[in-house]
Amino acid sequence: MQELSNTVRQLLESGSVKVVIGYGEGTAGKVRPVFITDPRDADSLIFDIRCKQNLAVYVLKHEVKHLGKAAVVAPLFTLKTILQLAAENQLADGDIVILGIDDGGKLTEFSNLADVEAFVAPHDDLTADEKEKLDRIEKMSLDERWKYWQNELSRCFKCYACRAACPLCYCTRCTVDINQPQWIPVPSHDIGNLEWHVMRAMHLAGRCVNCGECARACPLDIPLNLLTQRLIRDISSQFNQRAGISAKAENALSTFKPDDKENFIR
Amino acid sequence: MSEFEPKIVAFVCNWCTYAGADLTGTSRIKYAPNVRVIRFPCTGRIDFMLLLKAFANGADGIIVSGCHPNDCHYTSGNFHARRRWMVFRSLMDFIGIDVRRVHFAWISAAEGAKWAEFVNSVTADIKKLGPNENYQRLMDAGIA
Repeated sequence: MQELSNTVRQLLESGSVKVVIGYGEGTAGKVRPVFITDPRDADSLIFDIRCKQNLAVYVLKHEVKHLGKAAVVAPLFTLKTILQLAAENQLADGDIVILGIDDGGKLTEFSNLADVEAFVAPHDDLTADEKEKLDRIEKMSLDERWKYWQNELSRCFKCYACRAACPLCYCTRCTVDINQPQWIPVPSHDIGNLEWHVMRAMHLAGRCVNCGECARACPLDIPLNLLTQRLIRDISSQFNQRAGISAKAENALSTFKPDDKENFIR
Repeated sequence: MSEFEPKIVAFVCNWCTYAGADLTGTSRIKYAPNVRVIRFPCTGRIDFMLLLKAFANGADGIIVSGCHPNDCHYTSGNFHARRRWMVFRSLMDFIGIDVRRVHFAWISAAEGAKWAEFVNSVTADIKKLGPNENYQRLMDAGIA
Protein backbone atom coordinates (compact mmCIF):
# COMPACT_ATOMS: atom_id res chain seq x y z
CA MET A 1 0.00 0.00 0.00
CA GLN A 2 1.96 2.91 -1.33
CA GLU A 3 -0.39 5.58 0.01
CA LEU A 4 -0.04 4.25 3.56
CA SER A 5 3.75 4.08 3.32
CA ASN A 6 3.95 7.60 1.93
CA THR A 7 1.74 9.02 4.67
CA VAL A 8 3.76 7.24 7.33
CA ARG A 9 7.05 8.44 5.84
CA GLN A 10 5.81 12.02 5.90
CA LEU A 11 4.55 11.70 9.46
CA LEU A 12 7.90 10.37 10.67
CA GLU A 13 10.02 12.77 8.63
CA SER A 14 8.08 15.80 9.83
CA GLY A 15 8.50 14.54 13.39
CA SER A 16 4.79 14.87 14.15
CA VAL A 17 4.83 11.25 15.30
CA LYS A 18 7.74 9.23 16.69
CA VAL A 19 6.44 5.73 16.10
CA VAL A 20 3.94 4.13 13.76
CA ILE A 21 2.19 0.94 14.80
CA GLY A 22 1.20 -1.03 11.76
CA TYR A 23 1.15 -4.41 10.06
CA GLY A 24 4.23 -5.95 8.49
CA GLU A 25 5.16 -9.20 6.77
CA GLY A 26 6.08 -11.89 9.29
CA THR A 27 7.34 -15.40 8.74
CA ALA A 28 5.49 -18.28 7.11
CA GLY A 29 2.96 -15.99 5.44
CA LYS A 30 1.82 -14.53 8.74
CA VAL A 31 1.33 -10.86 9.47
CA ARG A 32 2.98 -9.35 12.49
CA PRO A 33 2.76 -5.95 14.16
CA VAL A 34 5.60 -3.58 13.31
CA PHE A 35 6.72 -0.48 15.15
CA ILE A 36 8.30 1.92 12.73
CA THR A 37 10.45 4.74 14.04
CA ASP A 38 12.67 5.32 10.99
CA PRO A 39 11.05 6.86 7.87
CA ARG A 40 13.24 4.60 5.70
CA ASP A 41 11.33 1.58 7.05
CA ALA A 42 7.93 2.94 6.00
CA ASP A 43 7.85 0.64 2.97
CA SER A 44 7.69 -2.43 5.17
CA LEU A 45 4.09 -1.56 6.09
CA ILE A 46 1.43 -3.72 4.52
CA PHE A 47 -2.33 -3.87 4.64
CA ASP A 48 -4.39 -6.73 3.29
CA ILE A 49 -7.06 -9.23 4.27
CA ARG A 50 -4.73 -10.96 6.74
CA CYS A 51 -4.32 -7.81 8.84
CA LYS A 52 -6.83 -8.57 11.54
CA GLN A 53 -4.94 -7.90 14.76
CA ASN A 54 -6.28 -5.07 16.87
CA LEU A 55 -3.21 -2.84 17.16
CA ALA A 56 -4.89 -0.56 19.70
CA VAL A 57 -3.58 -2.99 22.31
CA TYR A 58 -0.11 -1.43 21.93
CA VAL A 59 -1.20 2.17 22.23
CA LEU A 60 -1.35 2.15 26.02
CA LYS A 61 1.77 0.05 26.53
CA HIS A 62 4.53 1.74 28.43
CA GLU A 63 7.14 0.46 25.97
CA VAL A 64 5.37 2.19 23.10
CA LYS A 65 4.37 5.33 24.98
CA HIS A 66 7.94 6.13 25.92
CA LEU A 67 8.91 6.25 22.25
CA GLY A 68 6.78 9.39 21.89
CA LYS A 69 3.60 10.20 20.00
CA ALA A 70 2.27 7.24 18.06
CA ALA A 71 0.28 6.76 14.89
CA VAL A 72 -1.73 3.58 14.56
CA VAL A 73 -3.05 1.79 11.50
CA ALA A 74 -6.71 1.30 12.30
CA PRO A 75 -9.35 -0.75 10.50
CA LEU A 76 -12.93 -0.47 11.75
CA PHE A 77 -12.59 -2.53 14.96
CA THR A 78 -9.45 -0.65 15.97
CA LEU A 79 -11.26 2.64 15.44
CA LYS A 80 -14.03 1.43 17.72
CA THR A 81 -11.48 0.40 20.31
CA ILE A 82 -9.86 3.83 20.18
CA LEU A 83 -13.24 5.47 20.80
CA GLN A 84 -13.88 3.16 23.73
CA LEU A 85 -10.43 3.88 25.19
CA ALA A 86 -11.20 7.59 24.89
CA ALA A 87 -14.57 7.07 26.57
CA GLU A 88 -12.71 5.41 29.44
CA ASN A 89 -10.29 8.35 29.67
CA GLN A 90 -7.33 6.26 28.57
CA LEU A 91 -6.79 8.42 25.49
CA ALA A 92 -7.51 12.04 24.74
CA ASP A 93 -8.32 13.58 21.40
CA GLY A 94 -5.01 14.22 19.65
CA ASP A 95 -2.94 11.80 21.76
CA ILE A 96 -2.40 9.55 18.77
CA VAL A 97 -2.61 9.91 15.02
CA ILE A 98 -5.26 7.60 13.61
CA LEU A 99 -4.64 6.12 10.17
CA GLY A 100 -8.09 4.72 9.50
CA ILE A 101 -8.62 2.15 6.78
CA ASP A 102 -12.10 1.39 5.50
CA ASP A 103 -13.46 -1.90 4.14
CA GLY A 104 -12.27 -1.04 0.65
CA GLY A 105 -8.73 -0.42 1.90
CA LYS A 106 -8.96 3.36 1.51
CA LEU A 107 -6.78 5.36 3.90
CA THR A 108 -8.32 8.19 5.94
CA GLU A 109 -6.28 10.15 8.40
CA PHE A 110 -8.63 11.20 11.20
CA SER A 111 -7.86 14.54 12.74
CA ASN A 112 -10.25 14.16 15.65
CA LEU A 113 -12.39 11.58 17.41
CA ALA A 114 -15.67 13.16 16.26
CA ASP A 115 -14.75 12.14 12.71
CA VAL A 116 -14.03 8.62 13.91
CA GLU A 117 -17.45 8.53 15.55
CA ALA A 118 -19.07 9.52 12.27
CA PHE A 119 -17.08 6.83 10.46
CA VAL A 120 -18.05 3.95 12.76
CA ALA A 121 -21.68 5.05 13.24
CA PRO A 122 -23.25 3.09 10.34
CA HIS A 123 -21.64 -0.20 11.37
CA ASP A 124 -23.44 -2.87 13.41
CA ASP A 125 -21.83 -4.46 16.45
CA LEU A 126 -22.52 -8.04 15.43
CA THR A 127 -22.51 -9.61 11.97
CA ALA A 128 -25.35 -11.82 10.79
CA ASP A 129 -23.05 -14.85 11.18
CA GLU A 130 -22.25 -13.97 14.76
CA LYS A 131 -25.90 -13.46 15.61
CA GLU A 132 -26.78 -16.82 14.13
CA LYS A 133 -24.09 -18.57 16.15
CA LEU A 134 -25.38 -16.92 19.33
CA ASP A 135 -28.92 -17.97 18.49
CA ARG A 136 -27.76 -21.55 18.03
CA ILE A 137 -26.29 -21.68 21.53
CA GLU A 138 -29.21 -19.86 23.10
CA LYS A 139 -31.59 -22.43 21.60
CA MET A 140 -29.79 -25.29 23.38
CA SER A 141 -31.22 -26.60 26.63
CA LEU A 142 -29.54 -25.43 29.83
CA ASP A 143 -27.80 -28.76 30.18
CA GLU A 144 -26.55 -28.76 26.61
CA ARG A 145 -25.19 -25.23 27.07
CA TRP A 146 -23.40 -26.25 30.24
CA LYS A 147 -21.86 -29.24 28.47
CA TYR A 148 -20.97 -27.16 25.42
CA TRP A 149 -19.12 -24.59 27.51
CA GLN A 150 -17.50 -27.16 29.78
CA ASN A 151 -16.22 -28.90 26.70
CA GLU A 152 -14.89 -25.67 25.20
CA LEU A 153 -13.42 -24.31 28.42
CA SER A 154 -11.81 -27.61 29.39
CA ARG A 155 -9.17 -26.94 26.73
CA CYS A 156 -8.12 -23.64 28.33
CA PHE A 157 -4.66 -23.86 29.88
CA LYS A 158 -4.74 -20.34 31.24
CA CYS A 159 -2.06 -18.77 29.08
CA TYR A 160 -4.03 -15.50 29.33
CA ALA A 161 -3.35 -14.73 25.67
CA CYS A 162 -6.97 -13.52 25.54
CA ARG A 163 -6.16 -10.96 28.19
CA ALA A 164 -2.87 -9.93 26.63
CA ALA A 165 -4.43 -9.47 23.21
CA CYS A 166 -7.40 -7.46 24.42
CA PRO A 167 -6.87 -3.70 24.13
CA LEU A 168 -9.49 -3.09 26.80
CA CYS A 169 -7.82 -5.39 29.37
CA TYR A 170 -5.43 -2.67 30.41
CA CYS A 171 -5.58 -2.88 34.22
CA THR A 172 -2.07 -2.87 35.59
CA ARG A 173 -3.12 -5.42 38.15
CA CYS A 174 -5.70 -7.93 37.00
CA THR A 175 -8.01 -9.71 39.44
CA VAL A 176 -6.56 -12.96 38.19
CA ASP A 177 -3.09 -11.93 39.42
CA ILE A 178 -4.33 -11.15 42.91
CA ASN A 179 -3.57 -13.94 45.35
CA GLN A 180 -4.82 -12.46 48.60
CA PRO A 181 -7.56 -13.51 48.26
CA GLN A 182 -6.96 -15.90 45.38
CA TRP A 183 -10.04 -15.09 43.31
CA ILE A 184 -9.22 -17.39 40.42
CA PRO A 185 -7.47 -20.68 41.18
CA VAL A 186 -4.11 -20.86 39.41
CA PRO A 187 -4.23 -24.36 37.90
CA SER A 188 -6.21 -24.75 34.71
CA HIS A 189 -8.87 -27.05 36.07
CA ASP A 190 -12.55 -26.76 35.21
CA ILE A 191 -13.65 -24.52 38.05
CA GLY A 192 -10.81 -22.06 37.58
CA ASN A 193 -11.34 -21.97 33.83
CA LEU A 194 -15.03 -21.25 34.25
CA GLU A 195 -14.40 -18.50 36.78
CA TRP A 196 -11.68 -16.92 34.66
CA HIS A 197 -13.79 -16.76 31.52
CA VAL A 198 -16.90 -15.52 33.31
CA MET A 199 -14.82 -12.86 35.03
CA ARG A 200 -13.09 -11.79 31.85
CA ALA A 201 -16.40 -11.44 30.07
CA MET A 202 -18.04 -9.57 32.94
CA HIS A 203 -15.17 -7.13 33.20
CA LEU A 204 -15.66 -6.41 29.51
CA ALA A 205 -19.43 -6.07 29.78
CA GLY A 206 -20.54 -2.83 28.19
CA ARG A 207 -16.96 -2.16 27.03
CA CYS A 208 -16.17 -4.88 24.50
CA VAL A 209 -16.30 -3.64 20.90
CA ASN A 210 -16.27 -7.17 19.43
CA CYS A 211 -12.93 -6.97 17.64
CA GLY A 212 -12.59 -10.73 18.20
CA GLU A 213 -8.95 -10.48 19.15
CA CYS A 214 -9.41 -12.73 22.24
CA ALA A 215 -10.67 -15.61 20.13
CA ARG A 216 -7.99 -15.09 17.45
CA ALA A 217 -5.28 -15.01 20.11
CA CYS A 218 -6.50 -18.21 21.77
CA PRO A 219 -4.05 -20.98 20.86
CA LEU A 220 -6.74 -23.57 21.56
CA ASP A 221 -9.46 -21.93 19.47
CA ILE A 222 -11.92 -21.47 22.30
CA PRO A 223 -14.72 -19.25 20.94
CA LEU A 224 -14.59 -17.00 23.96
CA ASN A 225 -15.74 -13.95 22.06
CA LEU A 226 -19.18 -15.59 22.11
CA LEU A 227 -19.42 -14.62 25.76
CA THR A 228 -18.74 -10.97 25.10
CA GLN A 229 -20.93 -11.00 22.00
CA ARG A 230 -23.76 -12.27 24.12
CA LEU A 231 -23.15 -9.40 26.54
CA ILE A 232 -23.10 -6.87 23.70
CA ARG A 233 -26.45 -8.13 22.48
CA ASP A 234 -27.82 -8.15 26.00
CA ILE A 235 -26.69 -4.68 26.91
CA SER A 236 -28.00 -3.23 23.70
CA SER A 237 -31.41 -4.85 24.20
CA GLN A 238 -31.71 -4.15 27.93
CA PHE A 239 -30.13 -0.71 28.17
CA ASN A 240 -29.93 0.39 24.55
CA GLN A 241 -26.23 1.10 24.99
CA ARG A 242 -23.26 0.24 22.79
CA ALA A 243 -19.53 0.40 23.31
CA GLY A 244 -17.06 1.86 20.86
CA ILE A 245 -19.36 4.29 19.12
CA SER A 246 -18.61 7.42 21.09
CA ALA A 247 -15.62 8.97 22.78
CA LYS A 248 -17.82 10.25 25.56
CA ALA A 249 -20.35 7.52 26.23
CA GLU A 250 -20.67 6.05 29.69
CA ASN A 251 -20.11 2.34 30.23
CA ALA A 252 -23.37 0.47 30.65
CA LEU A 253 -22.31 -0.96 33.99
CA SER A 254 -20.96 2.24 35.49
CA THR A 255 -24.22 4.05 35.03
CA PHE A 256 -27.91 3.30 35.55
CA LYS A 257 -31.40 4.51 34.94
CA PRO A 258 -33.89 4.58 37.83
CA ASP A 259 -36.38 2.85 35.57
CA ASP A 260 -34.20 -0.02 34.32
CA LYS A 261 -36.63 -2.87 33.75
CA GLU A 262 -36.00 -6.41 34.94
CA ASN A 263 -38.38 -9.26 35.65
CA PHE A 264 -36.61 -11.37 38.24
CA ILE A 265 -36.24 -9.27 41.39
CA ARG A 266 -38.95 -10.02 43.90
CA MET B 1 -32.12 -41.26 53.28
CA SER B 2 -33.09 -38.02 54.92
CA GLU B 3 -34.52 -35.18 52.89
CA PHE B 4 -32.09 -32.99 50.99
CA GLU B 5 -31.40 -29.78 52.92
CA PRO B 6 -29.98 -27.15 50.60
CA LYS B 7 -27.24 -24.75 51.61
CA ILE B 8 -28.28 -21.24 50.69
CA VAL B 9 -25.98 -18.24 50.92
CA ALA B 10 -27.66 -14.85 51.29
CA PHE B 11 -25.74 -11.74 50.32
CA VAL B 12 -27.62 -8.87 51.92
CA CYS B 13 -27.10 -5.18 52.40
CA ASN B 14 -26.49 -3.81 55.86
CA TRP B 15 -29.12 -1.09 55.75
CA CYS B 16 -32.22 -2.83 54.54
CA THR B 17 -32.29 -6.59 54.20
CA TYR B 18 -29.94 -7.31 57.11
CA ALA B 19 -32.04 -5.10 59.35
CA GLY B 20 -35.15 -6.70 57.84
CA ALA B 21 -33.85 -10.17 58.66
CA ASP B 22 -33.09 -8.93 62.15
CA LEU B 23 -36.69 -7.79 62.44
CA THR B 24 -37.83 -11.25 61.38
CA GLY B 25 -35.92 -12.62 64.35
CA THR B 26 -37.07 -10.06 66.87
CA SER B 27 -40.64 -10.58 65.65
CA ARG B 28 -40.18 -14.29 66.44
CA ILE B 29 -41.12 -15.31 62.91
CA LYS B 30 -39.79 -18.76 62.06
CA TYR B 31 -38.19 -19.45 58.70
CA ALA B 32 -36.08 -22.09 57.00
CA PRO B 33 -32.69 -22.52 58.71
CA ASN B 34 -30.95 -23.29 55.39
CA VAL B 35 -29.82 -19.76 54.83
CA ARG B 36 -26.39 -18.35 55.75
CA VAL B 37 -26.53 -14.58 55.83
CA ILE B 38 -23.51 -12.52 54.79
CA ARG B 39 -23.75 -8.81 55.47
CA PHE B 40 -22.46 -6.24 52.98
CA PRO B 41 -22.34 -2.47 53.19
CA CYS B 42 -24.49 -2.23 50.06
CA THR B 43 -25.80 -4.38 47.22
CA GLY B 44 -23.46 -2.36 45.02
CA ARG B 45 -20.59 -4.09 46.86
CA ILE B 46 -21.79 -7.57 45.94
CA ASP B 47 -19.35 -8.54 43.20
CA PHE B 48 -20.47 -11.25 40.79
CA MET B 49 -17.33 -13.21 41.75
CA LEU B 50 -18.76 -13.64 45.26
CA LEU B 51 -21.72 -15.47 43.76
CA LEU B 52 -19.41 -17.81 41.84
CA LYS B 53 -17.36 -18.35 44.98
CA ALA B 54 -20.50 -19.26 46.93
CA PHE B 55 -21.29 -21.94 44.36
CA ALA B 56 -17.68 -23.10 44.40
CA ASN B 57 -17.87 -23.48 48.17
CA GLY B 58 -20.86 -25.75 48.00
CA ALA B 59 -23.88 -23.46 47.93
CA ASP B 60 -26.97 -24.97 46.31
CA GLY B 61 -28.72 -21.64 46.10
CA ILE B 62 -27.97 -17.95 46.44
CA ILE B 63 -30.02 -15.01 47.65
CA VAL B 64 -29.07 -11.45 46.83
CA SER B 65 -31.11 -8.78 48.50
CA GLY B 66 -30.96 -5.13 49.47
CA CYS B 67 -32.82 -1.85 49.63
CA HIS B 68 -35.70 -1.08 47.33
CA PRO B 69 -34.90 1.23 44.40
CA ASN B 70 -34.67 4.84 45.60
CA ASP B 71 -34.02 3.67 49.19
CA CYS B 72 -30.28 3.04 48.93
CA HIS B 73 -28.27 4.39 51.85
CA TYR B 74 -25.67 5.45 49.31
CA THR B 75 -28.27 6.82 46.87
CA SER B 76 -27.49 4.64 43.88
CA GLY B 77 -25.70 1.44 44.94
CA ASN B 78 -28.73 -0.73 44.32
CA PHE B 79 -29.34 0.81 40.89
CA HIS B 80 -25.81 -0.09 39.85
CA ALA B 81 -26.25 -3.54 41.37
CA ARG B 82 -29.49 -4.07 39.47
CA ARG B 83 -27.75 -3.46 36.14
CA ARG B 84 -24.93 -5.80 37.10
CA TRP B 85 -27.38 -8.56 38.00
CA MET B 86 -29.36 -8.09 34.81
CA VAL B 87 -26.19 -8.62 32.82
CA PHE B 88 -24.65 -11.30 35.01
CA ARG B 89 -27.84 -13.31 35.20
CA SER B 90 -28.07 -13.58 31.46
CA LEU B 91 -24.39 -14.49 31.20
CA MET B 92 -24.88 -17.26 33.79
CA ASP B 93 -27.78 -18.56 31.75
CA PHE B 94 -25.69 -18.44 28.57
CA ILE B 95 -22.85 -20.41 30.10
CA GLY B 96 -25.24 -23.01 31.49
CA ILE B 97 -25.52 -22.12 35.17
CA ASP B 98 -29.11 -22.59 36.34
CA VAL B 99 -30.38 -19.09 37.16
CA ARG B 100 -33.17 -20.64 39.20
CA ARG B 101 -30.52 -21.15 41.86
CA VAL B 102 -29.95 -17.41 42.22
CA HIS B 103 -32.74 -15.31 43.68
CA PHE B 104 -32.94 -11.57 43.94
CA ALA B 105 -35.22 -9.43 46.08
CA TRP B 106 -35.71 -5.97 47.47
CA ILE B 107 -36.42 -6.31 51.18
CA SER B 108 -36.51 -3.26 53.39
CA ALA B 109 -35.74 -2.99 57.10
CA ALA B 110 -39.47 -3.04 57.80
CA GLU B 111 -40.19 -6.18 55.78
CA GLY B 112 -39.33 -8.87 58.29
CA ALA B 113 -42.28 -10.94 57.18
CA LYS B 114 -41.29 -10.65 53.51
CA TRP B 115 -37.78 -11.95 54.38
CA ALA B 116 -39.21 -15.02 56.09
CA GLU B 117 -41.60 -15.69 53.25
CA PHE B 118 -38.84 -15.12 50.67
CA VAL B 119 -36.34 -17.44 52.35
CA ASN B 120 -39.00 -20.13 52.71
CA SER B 121 -39.98 -19.91 49.07
CA VAL B 122 -36.35 -19.94 47.86
CA THR B 123 -35.58 -22.92 50.09
CA ALA B 124 -38.56 -24.79 48.68
CA ASP B 125 -37.48 -23.96 45.11
CA ILE B 126 -33.90 -25.12 45.68
CA LYS B 127 -35.11 -28.29 47.36
CA LYS B 128 -37.01 -29.08 44.20
CA LEU B 129 -33.92 -28.45 42.07
CA GLY B 130 -31.80 -30.72 44.27
CA PRO B 131 -28.08 -30.42 44.99
CA ASN B 132 -25.96 -28.28 42.68
CA GLU B 133 -24.43 -31.31 41.01
CA ASN B 134 -22.98 -29.60 37.97
CA TYR B 135 -20.87 -27.38 40.16
CA GLN B 136 -20.04 -30.15 42.61
CA ARG B 137 -18.57 -32.18 39.78
CA LEU B 138 -16.35 -29.27 38.80
CA MET B 139 -15.19 -28.87 42.36
CA ASP B 140 -14.47 -32.57 42.73
CA ALA B 141 -12.44 -32.52 39.52
CA GLY B 142 -10.15 -29.71 40.55
CA ILE B 143 -8.19 -28.44 43.47
CA ALA B 144 -9.58 -25.08 44.51
